[in-house]
Amino acid sequence: MSGALGKDLLGLEPLSAEQIKLILDTAEPFKEISERAIKKVPTLRGSTIVNLFFENSTRTRISFEFAEKRLSADPVNVSATGSSVSKGETLVDTARNLEAMRIDMVVIRHGSSGAAQFLAERIKSNVINAGDGMHEHPTQGLLDLLTLRDHFGGLAGKRVCICGDVLHSRVARSNIWGLRKVGAEVAVCGPRSLLPSAIEELGVTVFDHIEDAIEWADALNVLRLQIERMTGGYIPSLREYNRVFGVTRDRLARAPRDVLILHPGPMNRGVEIDSDVADGDHSVILDQVTNGIAIRMAVLYLLAGGNPTLAESAKAAAR
Amino acid sequence: MTQPILLRGGRVVDPSRKIDAQQDVLLAAGLIEACGRGLAAPDGARVLDCAGMIVSPGFIDVHCHLREPGREDVETVATGARAAAAGGFTAVCAMPNTDPVTDNQAAVGFIIRQAQRAKAARVHPIGAISLGQRGEALAEFGEMIGAGAVAVSDDGRPVASAQLMRTALEYARTFNIPVIDHCEEPTLSHGGAMNEGIVSARLGLKGIPSEAEEIMVIRDILLARRTKGHVHLAHMSTVGSVELIRWGKERGINVTAEVCPHHLTLTEDRVGAYDTNAKMNPPLRTAADVAALRDAVADGTIDLIATDHAPHHYDEKEQEFANAPNGIVGLETALAVVHTKLVAGGVLDYPRLVERMSCAPARVFHLPGGTLERGAVADVTVFDPRAEWTVDPAAFLSKGRNTPYAGEKLHGRAIFTIVDGEIVYTMPNTTR
Ligand SMILES: [Zn+2]
Ligand SMILES: [Zn+2]
Repeated sequence: MSGALGKDLLGLEPLSAEQIKLILDTAEPFKEISERAIKKVPTLRGSTIVNLFFENSTRTRISFEFAEKRLSADPVNVSATGSSVSKGETLVDTARNLEAMRIDMVVIRHGSSGAAQFLAERIKSNVINAGDGMHEHPTQGLLDLLTLRDHFGGLAGKRVCICGDVLHSRVARSNIWGLRKVGAEVAVCGPRSLLPSAIEELGVTVFDHIEDAIEWADALNVLRLQIERMTGGYIPSLREYNRVFGVTRDRLARAPRDVLILHPGPMNRGVEIDSDVADGDHSVILDQVTNGIAIRMAVLYLLAGGNPTLAESAKAAAR
Repeated sequence: MTQPILLRGGRVVDPSRKIDAQQDVLLAAGLIEACGRGLAAPDGARVLDCAGMIVSPGFIDVHCHLREPGREDVETVATGARAAAAGGFTAVCAMPNTDPVTDNQAAVGFIIRQAQRAKAARVHPIGAISLGQRGEALAEFGEMIGAGAVAVSDDGRPVASAQLMRTALEYARTFNIPVIDHCEEPTLSHGGAMNEGIVSARLGLKGIPSEAEEIMVIRDILLARRTKGHVHLAHMSTVGSVELIRWGKERGINVTAEVCPHHLTLTEDRVGAYDTNAKMNPPLRTAADVAALRDAVADGTIDLIATDHAPHHYDEKEQEFANAPNGIVGLETALAVVHTKLVAGGVLDYPRLVERMSCAPARVFHLPGGTLERGAVADVTVFDPRAEWTVDPAAFLSKGRNTPYAGEKLHGRAIFTIVDGEIVYTMPNTTR
C-alpha cells in the first residue's frame, strides 16, 4: 500500500514541503484523541504493526505503541538487541521473516545508518524509520516541527539553532531537512569536533559560540550529549562542555528575545542544558512528547493508505 | 612444443618500442618471434585474423586479492587467474592478506603451484611486509622472493608504524623490489565507511578524510627519500596524493603509484542509498579528485592502473553499509571501463592505455612481459575496441559478483589472452 507519502517513511530528506505539511496537518486532529476519556479510534483496526527495535529506546517505542493502539492497530514489539548473530545476518533474515509473516507495517530502530532503507527495499510492508544510526529520525523531526509550528503559528523565516552533537545525531539531520524545506532558517552550534566537516554544505549556518547562537535564534533544539562521546575524545569533559556550550539561564537571560527551548530527550541536566532552562517558561519539551504521539498517528495513518482527502475523515474520526 | 601463433593484421600498440601500426606478430616457443608487416605463417602455425583488433603486450594487474588460502568460497587462485585472463590480463600480482597471511616462502610457493595448475593468467605472489601483517616484525623478504614473490605489502592493513615502513624500505633494497603501501592513517580513518564530505554528512556515515591517505603518502615519500628504497603507493584516490607524488617525483625520489578504474570513473555520489557495491577503501571521492587522478594517469604522475580486485561473498555485501566489507571485483571490467571512460573520454590514447596497463606494471614491478620485443615472453592481449557488452556479474568467471558497474554498457573486450604463447582465454562466440 502506498499513499501520499509513498510506501515508507525513511527520512525527511526525500519528502517535499507539501508532504511535510500534510503530516503536520494530519497530526492536528489526532492530538485531540489523546485528550479524550476513551483514547481510541478504529482507523487501523485489523492491521499488524511490528515495532522492531535493535537499539534500546523506551521513549520512541512507547510513543509509537501509543499511536498504534490509539488507532486500534495490533502492535507487536520485537527487541533484537544482544543477538549473537552478526547484525547483517539478523537484518537480512529479519526481513525475510517479516515478509513471510505478511505484516502490514514495520517501525524500525537500528544502530546502522541506512538500516531502514535496507529493510524497505526488501519487504512489501510499509517501513517507518524510528532512527537509523547517525542518519535520520524523521518522526522526531516532524514532532519538533509540529511543536515549533504550534508555538510560532508558522515556520517560514523562523530561526532554529540545533545545539550540540550534530555529528552523531539523526535528530539533527531530520531537523535540518525538515526545517529548511518548510522555509525556516537553520543553524548549528557546538564544538567543531562534534559537527560534520561539510555541515555548511547542507545549507546551515555554523555558530562556534553558544552566545552568538542564542542571540540569533528564535528557538534552540538542544541535543542530548552522549556521555561516551567524551571518552571517545571528542570533548575534554562534560564539565567543560557545560561551561562552553551549555544552555544556561544566564546565557538565555542575555538574549534579545524569548528563545524557545526544545530537547529530544532524555536530558543530561547540567551538561547540555540546565534544569532551570529545561523546566522553565520557554521550554516546550513536554509538548514535544505529546506531539510525538500525534505525529506518529498521522504517519501511520497516511502510510496505511490513506490518501490526502482521507485527512478529512481522520478529522471526522477524531470528532 | 607449443604451436606457433601468427596474429595477423591487427593494430599493434607497443609503447615499449614506440610502435602503433598495423602489423603481424608471430609467437613461437613461448616467445615473441617477430613483429612486422606481411609475416609468413610457419608450418603448423595457427593464424588468428586480428583485423580491427588492438594487439598489445599482455595487461598486467599488480594489485588483486585472490582469497586463497582461507576464503576459497569467495575466490581461488584458479578462478582469479581465469577471471584475469577473461579480462585481458596475462599476469596479476596477488596481495598477501589471505588466511593464513602470505608471509613466508611456503605460502608463496603454494600460490605459485596453484597458479601453474590453473593454466590461465600468470600469478605473481606479493609477500607480506610484516609477519602476520601485524605491523611488528619484518617477514623474510629474501626467502619469499627466492620462492617467487615480486614485492612486499601489508595491503588490507596500512603500515601504521613509520619505523617499520622505514626498515622495510631499507631492507627491500637488497632485493630491488617495491614496498607497496596501503596509505591510510588508521586513527583518522577509524570507523569510516565512505569519503568524508557532504554525502557522508547527509547519509550519517562516518567519513574517511582525504588526509588519512595523504599523510601516509607524504610519510612514505619522505621515507623513500631517506632510505633510497622504492615505495609503490597503492590505489591513490585524492587530489592531494597526486600533488604529493608529483612533488616527490620532481625531486627524483623513488616513488611509483597506481590508481584503480573505479577511482577514475566514480564519485562518492555512487553510494546513493547505501549501495554496498560502492563501498571500498580508499573510498570513492569527489569529482575534483576524479579529475586530478585522470590528469595524473594521463601525464604519468600516476604510473599505472591496477584493479584492487576484491571479491566478497554476496551475503557479506548484503548488509548495512557500515558493516559491509570494502571492495569490488575488477578483473573482468577494468579494461572495458578504462577504454570506455578514459580512451573514448579523451583522457588516454591507445599507447598510453597500454603503457599504464602493461608496460609500466612490468617495468615498475620487474616482471616478464610488457613488451612485444623479439625474445620477450609471448604474453599478448588481443582486444576488440568496438565490442559492446553489458556488464552481467552472473557471467563473471570470478566467484565475486560485487561490482558497481552491473548493467553498464561498455565497449572494448579481450578476444584472445595469450600467456607464454598459449591462448588461455578466447571470448565466447569468437569464430576465428
Ligand atoms: Zn589496500
Ligand atoms: Zn587491495
